[in-house]
Amino acid sequence: MPEIMNTVGIWLGAFFTFAIFSFLYKDNPFYKLAEQIFVGLSAGYGLIYIIYAALLPNLFTKLATDFRGNLILLIPFALGIMMITRMVPKIQWLSRYPLSIVIGTSAAISLLRFLKSDLIAQVAATMINPFESNVPSEIVGNLMLIIGTICGVYFFYFSKKQEGIAKIPSKIGVYFLMVSFGATFGYTVMARISLLIGRLEFLLKDWLHIIQ
Amino acid sequence: MKRNIPLILAFLAGLLMIVSEFIPHRPFSNMVETLENWFMIIAGFSIVLGLASLLQMNYQKISTKAENWGYHLACVIAFALIVIMGALWGMEDQPGLLGQGEKIVSWLGKKPFDYTYDNALVPLSATMFSLLAFFIASAAYRAFIIRTFESNLLMISAVIVILGRTGFGTMLTSWIPESYRIWQLPVLADFIMQYPNTAAQRAILISASLGIIGSSLRIILGIERSYLGGDK
Repeated sequence: MPEIMNTVGIWLGAFFTFAIFSFLYKDNPFYKLAEQIFVGLSAGYGLIYIIYAALLPNLFTKLATDFRGNLILLIPFALGIMMITRMVPKIQWLSRYPLSIVIGTSAAISLLRFLKSDLIAQVAATMINPFESNVPSEIVGNLMLIIGTICGVYFFYFSKKQEGIAKIPSKIGVYFLMVSFGATFGYTVMARISLLIGRLEFLLKDWLHIIQ
Repeated sequence: MKRNIPLILAFLAGLLMIVSEFIPHRPFSNMVETLENWFMIIAGFSIVLGLASLLQMNYQKISTKAENWGYHLACVIAFALIVIMGALWGMEDQPGLLGQGEKIVSWLGKKPFDYTYDNALVPLSATMFSLLAFFIASAAYRAFIIRTFESNLLMISAVIVILGRTGFGTMLTSWIPESYRIWQLPVLADFIMQYPNTAAQRAILISASLGIIGSSLRIILGIERSYLGGDK
């Protein structure tokens, strides 16, 4: 029986693959159906995942096994319920209390994380000796790294109008940003193409058995 | 009370997290551990809130028989199906309300939730994102026909990275002697990724982190209050 159900699963996957690809021709009922099923399944998956990964181990299991020892967990539980009151217009102000804890905590977490990993660490990583290496391409690369970072940061400085000679580093920063956007674009294209190849491989290998 | 207490709560929660970073000892370490646990639970409920909002929106469209209401019904049915399967038989190693569901696993080959995930959600999401390969090509065409120095830089680096990551790119420039190997497309693509790309990404990271630090401080200090919504 599992073999038959496996085949049914492959046909289901092939149907959804064609339904989504049919959008390349034009918007049609098959695509709309697949799109809405995708939304529903993703939302349902998210709910079940959050229940099993966060709510059960951190809250419900602890309360069910040792209620007296975990009485303090009733506070986040109550705050969680208060969060859902946002759906009821009359008492939606109650949701501000849990929301403020979530926002306050996540603001502090991101402040610390970005301060350490994205600001101090990145600035420190740029403070290098460009002439440390003997390889010419590495020396050029290191110089580019330093100049590109400084000019890029300068481009994002909006407090003073950049004109005259002050415009030059900003312009260099734009050039580095453009090269980076191009590289990121190229990378994204490659990632999407590999996904497309993966779908074609599924159709030709798993579904039609044309290729091995 | 409706506005000031939440502002005080946000301030205290933020302050506690920051203080514990500099004083990683009791009682702050314990308090932060508790707060992080609470954060996970409340964040879990906030996702439930988001999903409830999605269902409410779909319910409105179905009940008023708005245009294309049938598709919204399909969305709700898909949602209900996967939630029921997950709740009854669990996911992966997690048991559900009916345990591990050995009977249905012997019939399907895996748990119904995992079966739906593998055979419906994975193909749907992979195909949906692979569809972007086609649209990204047309977007690239529109971006590249703008003839400026900046757009040319963008196009050249994109082409080098794309070709440098393929066998075709390797074949095109494999004749270049080893002493000039920097001009071989795969090496050039690596160089772009390693130096100019890193420099620009670093500039973005540094600038964005300054902005995030500023806005986080505004939230903790209660200057930024938009998350509280209206005045009611």
